[in-house]
Amino acid sequence: MSAPVVTRGLTKRFHGGQVAVDAVDLEVPAGSVYGFLGPNGSGKTTTIRMLLGLIAPTSGEVELLGEPMPKAHLRVLPRVGALVEGPAFYPFWSGQANLLRFDAADRTADPKTRKARAGEALERVGLSNAANKKVRAYSLGMRQRLAIAVALMQRRELLVLDEPTNGLDPQGTREVRHLIRELAGDGTTVFTSTHLLAEVEQVCTHAAVMSRGKLLRQSTVADLRSELRPRLIVRTPDLGAAAETLQGMGVTELKTSEETVEGDPGELPIEKFAAALVAADVRIHGFGLERPSLEDAFVALTGEGFDVAE
Amino acid sequence: MSPSEATADAAVAVRPSAGRHTLALFISELRLVFGRARTQVGLGVLAAVPLLIGIAIKITGSEGGTDGFIGQIAGNGLFLIVASLGLSLPFFLPTAVTVISGESLAGEASLGTLRSLLTAPAGRSRLLAAKMVALAVFCLAATMTIWISGLIVGFILFPVGDVLLLSGSTVSLGNGLLRAFGIAIVISLSLLGLAGIGLFISSLTSTPLAAMAATFGTFVVLGILTAIPQLHAIHPWLLIYRWQSFADLLRDPPYWHEIVRNLLLQAGYLAVFYTAAWARITSRDIT
Repeated sequence: MSAPVVTRGLTKRFHGGQVAVDAVDLEVPAGSVYGFLGPNGSGKTTTIRMLLGLIAPTSGEVELLGEPMPKAHLRVLPRVGALVEGPAFYPFWSGQANLLRFDAADRTADPKTRKARAGEALERVGLSNAANKKVRAYSLGMRQRLAIAVALMQRRELLVLDEPTNGLDPQGTREVRHLIRELAGDGTTVFTSTHLLAEVEQVCTHAAVMSRGKLLRQSTVADLRSELRPRLIVRTPDLGAAAETLQGMGVTELKTSEETVEGDPGELPIEKFAAALVAADVRIHGFGLERPSLEDAFVALTGEGFDVAE
Repeated sequence: MSPSEATADAAVAVRPSAGRHTLALFISELRLVFGRARTQVGLGVLAAVPLLIGIAIKITGSEGGTDGFIGQIAGNGLFLIVASLGLSLPFFLPTAVTVISGESLAGEASLGTLRSLLTAPAGRSRLLAAKMVALAVFCLAATMTIWISGLIVGFILFPVGDVLLLSGSTVSLGNGLLRAFGIAIVISLSLLGLAGIGLFISSLTSTPLAAMAATFGTFVVLGILTAIPQLHAIHPWLLIYRWQSFADLLRDPPYWHEIVRNLLLQAGYLAVFYTAAWARITSRDIT
């Protein structure tokens, strides 16, 4: 069976020649929670807009749930829940009225169950109490949750979420991440863009890294991380002696900062280093191996910090 | 069976009547247009037109020496309907149509709701059709508001009775009301060309105010062109040239020639600008 999201050579060049998305080949496995990662301005939202048929690619193809987009959008999109670039609503209507409006736009949605489904969706995102309040009075976090509720009005096979936790407080963020995991548990494939590495680490099974319109990598999160070797970190006041001892044992890429010495330990078991340091009268305040974070993986991939956006 | 096929089947199962609810968007669209305060205020203003004219005539009495429909109001309240419709046509009604049509697509684009509608998916052609239908219904609602308000105010403030037509013959009150109703219909159809222009301009931009201003500007330019005698060669093709033809319904028998030509012209404008709006909305990048 085919992957829920496939793109081949997807490219978008805007008027004026700026290439926002450059020959991107995505393949999102069924049932995955796929983190679409990149700094602001890296082409994530433009890619998502092309996936959903909102903008036309300059070249390349998109396949959603096995069908070509945007050609088959009327057939495909009812099976896809989408949240594109921030929550957009009629501010002069209640949250419930907004849900009903978007559901009415989908001709496959049953009008008889519309109200009930809206109620369930609001409940699921914790907005039942604000259902009849005008969206004008909603906080950004509430709007974000309402936008997710729109995607939850129907049973979906695929959710495409653009920065779903943007603007949420820590509690709301946790709830949304929990919701995503729950949906994925039901078999829904989730494609979620984010500029938060922590989000990918906590929620995603797969990740793709975008930078300046190019797809740098896509793989499982575990693979992405395991490519980086763990680092040995020693906290000590005796920096010089510690560095000398470690170097003598073949530790490479040694770095010394204010009170730590760190480096690539190679293949030796870590307890050997501890013994050697103690033997060399190095006072140890802290000692351990640090698993590299996705942030390190990202920096290794892009050669730049994560907040760089151009 | 793979897991994803199972999901697909389940999705089909919860939507037994898939593909049958095309009308829901049209109804939702009417709710959007008529639920807004600005629409209700606009209709309220239109409803006030007969009231203002009626009170003015009542106070000054019938000796104003005015000609045309206004002069006849004091003698027969039914003419308040016709006079109000006729006086609203050059300015109030086009303004209302301009506001609603300029808002239609540009309003959705500026709110960002256009994205959500299209990913629902509404379908671009169907969304445009729903917008146009809502506009047509608004045009009808606008003239009907004046008709009803004129009827009420006219019957309260003035005597009513048989109606003296432009051609000199007299018809019953019921016949006169029917003719006034026909005038409201004709006028609402006369507004469709402008509504089409507004819809097209609204498809070009994400700023409703700009769409409204451009639509109204177009309307004003057409009015100026119509007023320049030297341009008589192009006059028959101008949107508002035959707008006043509605009065021909007050002849006996009604004189249809000009009315039909006006409606054909409106249909032509509507077809051209609706097609242009369609071409635009179906190819536009929605950001």
